[in-house]
Amino acid sequence: MKAAISIIIWRFLKGALGVKTLNDLKPGQFGVVEKIVCDKGLRRRIVDMGITPGALVIMKRIAPFGDPIEINVRGFDLSIRKSEAQNIQIKERK
Amino acid sequence: MSASTTALNKNTKSFNRGSKTLKIALVGNPNCGKTTLFNELTGSNQHVGNWPGVTVEKKEGSLRFRGVKINILDLPGIYSLSPYSSEEIVTRVSLIEDNPDLIINIVDATILERSLYLTTQLLELQKPMIIAFNMTDVVEKKGDIIDYNKFRSELNVPIVPISANKGIGVNELLDLAIRYAEKKDGSKTAKKIYDDKVENVISKIENELSKGFNAENLQNKMSLRWLAVKLFENDELLMQKIKLQKTQAENINLYKGTVGLPPHMDEQMLIADQRYKYIYSLCAAAIKRKHAPEHITLTDRIDRVITNKFLAVPIFAVMMIFIFYVTFGPVGSFLRDQFEFLIKDVFGGFVLNLLTSLGAAAWSKSLIIDGIIEGVGSVISFFPQVMILFTLLSILEDSGYMARAAFIMDKLLRKVGLSGRAFVPLLMGFGCTVPAILGTRILEKENDKKLTILMIPFMSCSAKMPVYAMFIAALFREHQVLAISSIYLLGILVAVFTAMVFKGPVLRGETASFIMELPAYRMPTLKNLCLHVGARLKDFIVKAGTILVAATIVIWFLQSFNLSLQMISDKSESILASVGMAIAPVFSLCGFGDWRAAVSLLSGLIAKESVVSTMAVLYGTGGLAGVSQVIADQFSTISAYAFMVFVLLYTPCVAALSAMYKELKSVKWTVLALSYQLILAWTASMLVFQVGSAISKFF
Repeated sequence: MKAAISIIIWRFLKGALGVKTLNDLKPGQFGVVEKIVCDKGLRRRIVDMGITPGALVIMKRIAPFGDPIEINVRGFDLSIRKSEAQNIQIKERK
Repeated sequence: MSASTTALNKNTKSFNRGSKTLKIALVGNPNCGKTTLFNELTGSNQHVGNWPGVTVEKKEGSLRFRGVKINILDLPGIYSLSPYSSEEIVTRVSLIEDNPDLIINIVDATILERSLYLTTQLLELQKPMIIAFNMTDVVEKKGDIIDYNKFRSELNVPIVPISANKGIGVNELLDLAIRYAEKKDGSKTAKKIYDDKVENVISKIENELSKGFNAENLQNKMSLRWLAVKLFENDELLMQKIKLQKTQAENINLYKGTVGLPPHMDEQMLIADQRYKYIYSLCAAAIKRKHAPEHITLTDRIDRVITNKFLAVPIFAVMMIFIFYVTFGPVGSFLRDQFEFLIKDVFGGFVLNLLTSLGAAAWSKSLIIDGIIEGVGSVISFFPQVMILFTLLSILEDSGYMARAAFIMDKLLRKVGLSGRAFVPLLMGFGCTVPAILGTRILEKENDKKLTILMIPFMSCSAKMPVYAMFIAALFREHQVLAISSIYLLGILVAVFTAMVFKGPVLRGETASFIMELPAYRMPTLKNLCLHVGARLKDFIVKAGTILVAATIVIWFLQSFNLSLQMISDKSESILASVGMAIAPVFSLCGFGDWRAAVSLLSGLIAKESVVSTMAVLYGTGGLAGVSQVIADQFSTISAYAFMVFVLLYTPCVAALSAMYKELKSVKWTVLALSYQLILAWTASMLVFQVGSAISKFF
């Protein structure tokens, strides 16, 4: 319940502030990582896989059941869940 | 010995003359070809697949090369030296504790941008190191050109291009390893990877550390630079180990404050970012690529179909059906019949003639023909089918499809509380429960692991297959594929049911992350396939030659003699019958209260194949047709199905149980799992028989 509320608030805030996160990209779109906001363990994993501020990320595809997503960063393919991708804020690039 | 090797021996005398062996650790990313190289070097056949995380514990092998004894450590694949999963910890601890003479860092040359990230960390250890650029044949095929000299001079370490699965460059690598380890010049100045500000702070921390500190012997084994970087990064595990004086800690914090972090970054991100930037510029200068990064690769094209929204699930289903159809359908059963004929009739007949002409005693003829050849032979005759199943699963594994299966299934598995990664060990369970259970170590969270281990035994392993095949041959001739697929499907459903039941008590807290590499597809190589299947073949032969022969001899003995040790002709007076009759009533509600069925189930605890060999001995009249006939007489279709359900669900073999115990690390959970399986198996097969019999009355 608490989690659900915080997700709703987060979505609202994102809309209001114009913040985009990795999961907002559509297949084929590009983005540059701006910041990563989440707990330390997960962030370490994300960062170790090369997703650091400034890195170019390409959204490749969405899994058949709608989650996870496949992205390309620094020349290799990664799968990441939408809930995890939501922690990665990006700037879209055309 | 040739002249050149003698010359080499002069250089390597300290490793050669004394009893000293050269200890080499293989370190690299998951799925970079470490295990392939390990097999190539040591001639062993460790399991290799095309999905990240095949090696989950360290393995050791040894070889002699040009007179030098070399011990090789195959360490689990890791992306970074910051320990978050158990395999990362195994590798990190091994590099510290085992203190190898030389590190061979294997990098996947097709994705250097990611692979070299670990390299930059390994360099900081300042131990003797060689980098093996693996899969250079693939790079060449892609048309890319790598300037190795550029990498050599930049990274300041020897680099050998190799292609582990083709054996190219392996001897050069070993030559260099021996020469290089001998020189022992690990303590060279560190490479500047970070920008001036960060380098400055790190050298100040190093300086501070050089004043001395307490850290469980770490100071002698690890380079100060590595420790300094780790302290800068706030590595929690290390921070707990290192005991600094108060002034030291204060100074270090002061230095750290001077870096001036960019917005939204902390020290660890800054380090990671600068490492990646360094690698990026290095790769940009040293690799001439034929295609732009946006180039659509073959992997992309395959993925477009295989992970397509509408096609993914049907493709998966078709593949599974194909595998089972080939294994159990006409192809598999034809091969089995041929094998059966060859062993029992041709070989058995030959042995019988031989024994008769030698004038052997009746009991020895009975032991060899009715005992060993009948029992072991009936297991061996299922060998072609087991091999087909194993080969097909291996192809899926080698190609890289398993990682996609995890990608596709993640959302569904999360419904039962698991991560998509659990899918790979679960699928492996169809081959053999033991490696599947060991494979659960790729799961990051202990609870995920536990739940997956509870589920795996219900993924019907290939050793149970002969049991089904025997019953199907006897009673379900017309509906072979339906009967077998319903059994496998039931296993899957029970696994899901198990996950639902244990989800509450086992899984507390959030599910593990799913940040996973999707490797490029690879053509499965024949060599790798042979290794896989060969390992299984060896395992099978060893099992048949030892446990099964012993078990059949014991069974034969117990069924041929009565309690006063007289040879009997009526099996129902034997020792075994009295044991079996004591257990049998338990199964009367399930429809197979016959003592011979009970005994064969009991023997299945040793190895699942021995259910078949025991039955063959007990029901034996020679040849598969004979056993089939007896089974068709003894069982109805309903009780036979109930029996198969019991075999599917009951306690796995001893090897699997010990693997479970090893991974669960708890007597309580192992016993719990065991009793759960027994109760579930009994209940399910009882229900099948009772409900089945009730329904059949109406028709």
